[in-house]
Amino acid sequence: MDEALLRTLTPTVIGILVRRGADFAAAEDAVQEALLEALRVWADDPPREAKGWLITVAWRKFLDAARADSSRRHREELLETEPAPGPCEAADDTLRLYFLCAHPSLTPASAVALTLRAIGGLTTRQIAQAYLVPEATMAQRISRAKRTVSCVRFNQPGDLATVLRVLYLVFNEGYCGDVDLAAEAIRLTRRLAGETTHQEAAGLLALMLLHHARRPARTGPDGRLVPLAEQDRSLWDTCLIAEGVDILQAALARDRLGEFQAQAAIAALHADARTAEETDWVQIVEWYDELVRLTGNPLARLNRAVALGEADGPRAGLAALAGLDPDLPRHTAAAAYLHERAGDPAAAARLYAQAARSAPNLPERDHLTRQAARLNAQLRGHAAT
Amino acid sequence: MAKYLLLKHYRGAPAPVNNVPMDQWTPEEISAHMKYMEDFAGRLEESGEFVDAQALSPEGTFVRYDGRGRPPVTDGPFAETKDLIAGWMVIDVESRERALELAAELSAAPGAGGEPIHEWLEVRPLLSAPPTITE
Repeated sequence: MDEALLRTLTPTVIGILVRRGADFAAAEDAVQEALLEALRVWADDPPREAKGWLITVAWRKFLDAARADSSRRHREELLETEPAPGPCEAADDTLRLYFLCAHPSLTPASAVALTLRAIGGLTTRQIAQAYLVPEATMAQRISRAKRTVSCVRFNQPGDLATVLRVLYLVFNEGYCGDVDLAAEAIRLTRRLAGETTHQEAAGLLALMLLHHARRPARTGPDGRLVPLAEQDRSLWDTCLIAEGVDILQAALARDRLGEFQAQAAIAALHADARTAEETDWVQIVEWYDELVRLTGNPLARLNRAVALGEADGPRAGLAALAGLDPDLPRHTAAAAYLHERAGDPAAAARLYAQAARSAPNLPERDHLTRQAARLNAQLRGHAAT
Repeated sequence: MAKYLLLKHYRGAPAPVNNVPMDQWTPEEISAHMKYMEDFAGRLEESGEFVDAQALSPEGTFVRYDGRGRPPVTDGPFAETKDLIAGWMVIDVESRERALELAAELSAAPGAGGEPIHEWLEVRPLLSAPPTITE
């Protein structure tokens, strides 16, 4: 059973049903049901032509639902005028679907869920498992999202920026449960980048590929976080890096810089260094300057301060950090790191322990606690001698 | 089967026997502790007794309703709050004895010096749905 193919076909078939006159919400429901049926029966009874099978079954599911809903007369009329299956302008449909599922009227969580279902071809159960919520909760979130976009016309031009943000969120959610959300985000962004020539779609794809390339090195065998400087770079996926760099260079050549291209450029500079010591921190600081200029994002300023600590020394990093809001996420962790580099392990240990208490997730908390423990053990060693 | 909540406290439980904060352990002792906790949850999943486990951030805020049309009133965090939950595990077991046995096993997780922490865990039965047959 080719689940990957099935999922690739999902947005295409939704597009075809919409072209035949189904509204988006009904078409999406029908395709999801056809998908569940395919998951049930394809293993024992694979179809000769997967796409034709999915279109036929989804259309039948749509008609069944329309028949059941007899009060809605316009759907009844469609029954009389069922068009013959045929080729459609699938490419445009897919792009429109991206815009619809990430419509600015949706909350980020709703847009993520709807995108994963209608474009990703994931089942509600898979999405619920990936986000650790009950299936009924995810089903409600999706149906509310569909109601919200029900009055949006399918052929309206959309906002690419919100689509990219949604895909970025999916990628950042990482990996938990059966569905690899990072890989799924890459698949959806790759498809999007094939549908639009916008350089930021390419920038986001490059960014994802360059970060995904480092994934095997990012966690140790016991699940703990391994910081960039300590990663075993031979574990980095050189094919993904090469692809990411190619895509990024082509995007940058068009001279329309955006935040995702700038972030990808930083990731590419890290990927380019054979050892942590070879990292071109001066160029990285310059890219952070671009990122700050483009977004004004305080987190970009925080990362810039850390990069400056590498390029110009920890004192310069601490001076840059001093100008930032101490309540920023990871501000204390960055201060701890820079204090250790500046030769003050006691302050660093205290700050690492403090950062651990406000860490946003368990792997980071463990990592920060370990850093404090390492420095405290070192300090005890000095005191003993 | 009955469900029990095993509560771990930052504050509010009696002091454990091996009472050294984690940032004063060696990195190897931290690894040993993490592995023990992970293996413990893994064994419960295999025995069909695991329901849920969550860790909580120590930061919290008290909130209350302040009347129609008004924003919620917030207060805290209170430094003097006696009881501070660090996290929990929910288990589904045959008996109270089994729940206590598992809590004791969890409390034996190694800490400083590789010695068991002997941490006090609070075991609370979850109130279940009423049975169908009551007479």
